Order: sequence, then C-alpha cells, then structure tokens
Amino acid sequence: MKHRTWSHASFLVLTAALAACAGGDQSADEILIGEYGSLTGTTATFGISTKNGIEMATEAINAAGGLLGKQVRIIVEDDQGRPEEAQTVVSKLINSDRVVALLGEVASSNSLAAAPVAQQNRIPMISPSSTNPAVTEVGDFIFRVCFIDPFQGFVMAKFAANTLQFTNVAILRDIKSDYSVGLADVFIQNFTTLGGTIASDESYSGGDTDFSAQLTALKATNPQAIFVPGYYTEVGLIARQAKALGIQAPLLGGDGWDSPDLIEIGGEALEGSYFSNHYSVDDPSPAIQKFVTDYRAKYGETPDALAGLGYDAAMVLFDAIKRAGTTEPQALRDAIAATRNFAGVTGTTTLDEHRNAVKPAVVLQIKDAKLAYVETITP
Amino acid sequence: MKRWLLWLGVLLVLAGLEASLRGLIGPYAYQITVLVGVNIILAVSLNLINGFTGQFSIGHAGFYAVGAYTSAALVKFGGPAIRGLVGFLPAIGQDAVLLLAGLAAAAIVAGIAGLAVGIPSLRLRGDYLAIVTLGFGEIIRVVILNVDSIGGARGFSGIEQLSNFFWVYFFVLVTIVVIHNIVHSSYGRAFVSIRDDEIAAEAMGVDTTRFKVLSFVISSMFAGIAGGLFGHFTMYLHPNSFTFVASFNVIIMIVIGGLGSIEGAVVGATVFTVALELLRKLGPFRLVSFAVLLVLIMIYRPQGLLGSWTLFKGRRKAAPKAMVV
Repeated sequence: MKHRTWSHASFLVLTAALAACAGGDQSADEILIGEYGSLTGTTATFGISTKNGIEMATEAINAAGGLLGKQVRIIVEDDQGRPEEAQTVVSKLINSDRVVALLGEVASSNSLAAAPVAQQNRIPMISPSSTNPAVTEVGDFIFRVCFIDPFQGFVMAKFAANTLQFTNVAILRDIKSDYSVGLADVFIQNFTTLGGTIASDESYSGGDTDFSAQLTALKATNPQAIFVPGYYTEVGLIARQAKALGIQAPLLGGDGWDSPDLIEIGGEALEGSYFSNHYSVDDPSPAIQKFVTDYRAKYGETPDALAGLGYDAAMVLFDAIKRAGTTEPQALRDAIAATRNFAGVTGTTTLDEHRNAVKPAVVLQIKDAKLAYVETITP
Repeated sequence: MKRWLLWLGVLLVLAGLEASLRGLIGPYAYQITVLVGVNIILAVSLNLINGFTGQFSIGHAGFYAVGAYTSAALVKFGGPAIRGLVGFLPAIGQDAVLLLAGLAAAAIVAGIAGLAVGIPSLRLRGDYLAIVTLGFGEIIRVVILNVDSIGGARGFSGIEQLSNFFWVYFFVLVTIVVIHNIVHSSYGRAFVSIRDDEIAAEAMGVDTTRFKVLSFVISSMFAGIAGGLFGHFTMYLHPNSFTFVASFNVIIMIVIGGLGSIEGAVVGATVFTVALELLRKLGPFRLVSFAVLLVLIMIYRPQGLLGSWTLFKGRRKAAPKAMVV
C-alpha cells in the first residue's frame, strides 16, 4: 500500500508542476517575439551565444522605453539543434504563443526546417547567422542579417588582389562541401576579374587526412598564396603538411576556419595565414568596442560572432517594428525588407532584394597563435 | 461486406477529422497530433522486433531515414512524370497517388535494407545484434550526409507536402491491424516463441533465423512508411533527425508503453511525444524533468504503462488463428 501511495504522490506533484506552468502568457502591453535555437545538444554554444546577444538587445530597447509604447518580450524555445524540433517549436511559437516575428536559427539546416512554417503562416523570420544561400530562398518572409557563403570568396579575392597585391593564387577546395565549392568558385571569378591568375585548382574530400599529393602539385606551380575555403579540422592538417613540404605561401580561408581548435591543430604552420569572418572583437570601431565591453560585463566572456549577429538580428527587427509603426505581419515584413544602412555591431547592414544582408566582412590574420584584426572589406 | 463498411466508416471519420481538426485544436496541436501518429507507426513496428520477437534492435531510425529519403526523392524527381500519368484525376487524387507511390517505394526500399541487415546479423544475439543495428543506423545516416543529390549535409528541402492527419492515421490503423494480425497468427506465435526461449523454439522446429529476418523486414517496411509520411509532412529532411538518439526514442516509447503490447506501443508513443511538448513550459528543465518522469515510470511500472495488457486477449484465446480486425 505504501508503495502505491508514493507513486500517486509523485505523479500528483508532477501534474501539479505542469499545471502551474501552463498559465496563459498573453498580454496586451507586450510585443512577443519568438526565438528558437539550440540551447542544449551538440551545438549548444551557438544557441546560447545568440540568445545572450538577443537578450542584450532586448534589455537595451526595453530600457529605452520599448517599442510602440510596449515592452518587448522574447519567448525562447530550445530545439536541441535538431531540425524536426526546430519545426515543432516554430509552429508552437507562431500558433500557440502568437509571436509577431521569429529570430533564429544559427545552423542553416535548422533554419531550413523551420522556414517553411514561418512562410506558410506569413510570420517574418530573421536568421542571425545561417549563411547557406537556400535559407532565404524559402520565401519572402525569411531574412538574414549575415552575409551568404559565396560573399567571402569575393572578400578574400579582393583582399588577395588589392591588399596583399598577389597575382598568382592556388585553390584547394573541399569538393564535398557546398560551402567550400561556392567560396572557391566566387573567389576564382573575382580574382581573375581583378587581374589575378589561378595557379592551379586542386580538391580534397572533407574527412581526408593526407593532402601531400595535392600540395605537391600545388607547390610545382609556385603560388603566392593558397585559398583553402574548408573547415578548421582539414585546414589545420593542410597547413602542417604544406609546411612539411616546404611551401612558404600563406593560406587564405573563410569563416569555416573560425574555431579555437584551428590553431591547436595547425600550430605554428598557420602563422601569417588570413581568413574572413563576420566580425572581430579587436575591430577598433566604437560600436563594437562598446558591445564587447557590455557583453563581458554581463556574461563574463568575450562575445563571439554569433552573439554579435544575434544582437544585430534583434536590433534590425526592432528597427523595422519602429518604422512600420505596427506589428501586423505584412507591414512588418515590408519594413524589414526596406532595411538600409542599419548600423549594427557586425557592420552596416542593408538587405538586398533576395532578403540577404549586404555588409562588410573582416579579415583576420593568425599572428603569435592569436587572431589579429587586419581590415574590413566592404561589398 | 461488414469489414468493408467498417473501413469505409473509418475513412469517413478520418476525412471528417482532417477537414475540421486544424480549426478545432489549432495548427500547433494538429502538428503534434500528426507527429504522434508517425511515432505510433514507428513504435508499433519496432515492437514487433523488440517486443514480440525479443531481438534488441537500436537501428530503427536507419530504416525510418531510408523510407523518408526514398519517398521524398521519388516524389521530387519522379513527381511530374507520375502526375502526368494520372493527369485525368483531380489535384487531390494526384496527390494521393503520388504519396502512395512514395510510401510504396519507401516500404520496399526500407524492407530491402532490413533484409540486407537482417540476413547476416540476425544470427547474432543480444548485445551483438544491438551493436550491429546501431552501426547500421549510423551507416545510413553517414551515407545520406554524403549524397549530394538528396541534399547531403545541407538537408533535403523543397519536398512536397502530401501527408496530413488523414494519411498518417490511416497508416496508423493499417500498421496496427497488420501487426496485430501477424502477432496473433502462427507466425506471431513463432516470433513469441523465439523471444521466450530461442533454443526451445528451435528444438520445436521453428526456423529461428528465418522468422527473425521476417520480423525485421516487416518492421523495417513500416518504419519506411513512417519516414515517408514524416518527410511529406515536414517538407524538409536532415540527417540530424535520424541519429541513434532517434532510435533510442522509439525504444523508450515501447518500453514506457509496455514491451510486447501493441496498445502499449500506441500509449508509449503518445505519452512520449505529448509529454515532451507539455514540458516545454519548464524551459531549461524540460529534458531533466522528462528524464525524471521516465525514471518514475520505470520504478513504479517496470512492465510499462500497459504491461502486456491487450484489448483482444479474450478473442485471441478463443480463436488462436483468428484474423481479427
């Protein structure tokens, strides 16, 4: 009997806890905005950085009196970094919480899963940092405040040709990754337009560990630099093997390099190499420095690019609500689409006709095993 | 005659619900209801292997993925051709033909995959089989990650939305009826005898490997159908939805419902899916409280919520070979 009582008691407690949490959360003097991201799971750092950035933006706007005379409230849902969860929580945010707009996600796969739901319900969605071009192609209610992948190919071509004054660059691309192939193609197109020549174009498959064949072939053409738009794991190994073969030319790359593990894997071999990224905490611009200081004070850590992009995504949305003067979805969509020269922490953002952000990228150099800001390249 | 009328009635009820449900309970609850249906198909089909045949498979998500991608690919690449063939039908009929073609392909390909895994691995028992099926599930996922034409790591987007409440629950019923009939046939008794004592079963003349492979193939086919229904509902597929965690989730469903009970699998899938949604209110404590809930269920109901309770017990005893609907 005692056993039975205990089981009843524990279920009662649980049911009561559920019921207590199930209270209504609609309020007329609040603007509700939905955010979905990976707060748990393998990519939890992405979701948490973004959430911190959005939280800072929300506190700033509420301290300044809110929007349209109302306070802004963000409802955050965890999607565990899983596409089907992302879709479910977005449906919940739209239909159950009645949010007026959505912020998220970081990973393009999760944004792609959720975007059709936002589009079907005609609720504007702004992705802070999904760089895959397909995301905003889902429909006219889907936006992003980061640049798309191929833009970095343009950035590095311009940097190699104008800043470094190189005329002869080789390519080593990850043939299995859309991202890498896209960057390499755009790089070649822009670099040749700027008067450079491509010494050779070699490829590998993500997951490879031996690159000596490709590097030997590259070395024979004697390039001034090698453009490797891959991910940090392979890039680190490529750098080591290139040095071992006596290749002195620096490597160039994109934001796939952005990981603390990059320098751990590549070590000294990466010294003097360059890659493009969304922003740099060392950027001297006052807006960035203020953001970095505030963020450190609040969360006790240095904000990464995702935090900055989360902040900007929220700010672009708030700015659009202010300009629209309403939260009616169609008017809000049009206001977001009309975002021009919005000054955020990750640069000045303009949304183009494909709802993608046109904004500057920064180039970083690896120096003394640290990342040093080199310059900002504008579109 | 009577059976036809019964099915017709069921179809009419489903169609009526399809037409009114979204308005009645809202699109969010509708979506959850559909996902509950997909999970019921997965749980009931896995129960055939894990619950009735007593083989421990943790690769169900692999077959689910095979079905999802097969159906989505067939409809995406062969859709216009199939629509052309049945162009005389109204749009809703074309959609139905397209979905059924996709699901048929999903069931066949997933069944073949089940056969390919089952023949070599079902000679193994217990832990060894579990590891082989786990490995298979991961192989499927990694293969999908590397096939560019179905999206690879980017995910498969632009899938037509063809499935809905009507189709999902139609196949829930088909799955339950088919598996119920199998379990209560002489085949079912062979499965159960393997579960209860494999050596004794073999001594009694049951070809254990053949029956194990058979249960594996049937189960894989239904997992494939569940995948097809899922892909055509969500319109987007990504390998991350089919990790071994997805396989474990199905196992949790049948364990909390009661291994070896079809009703238990239905209840388990429903409780699992709905509880996770209700717990969203708890924010960061959601998964923790869910784990606590599972622990409590296992402490107080180790046999599962329903145990091996079944609706049709009496009839089964009366007519051992009855093909009850």
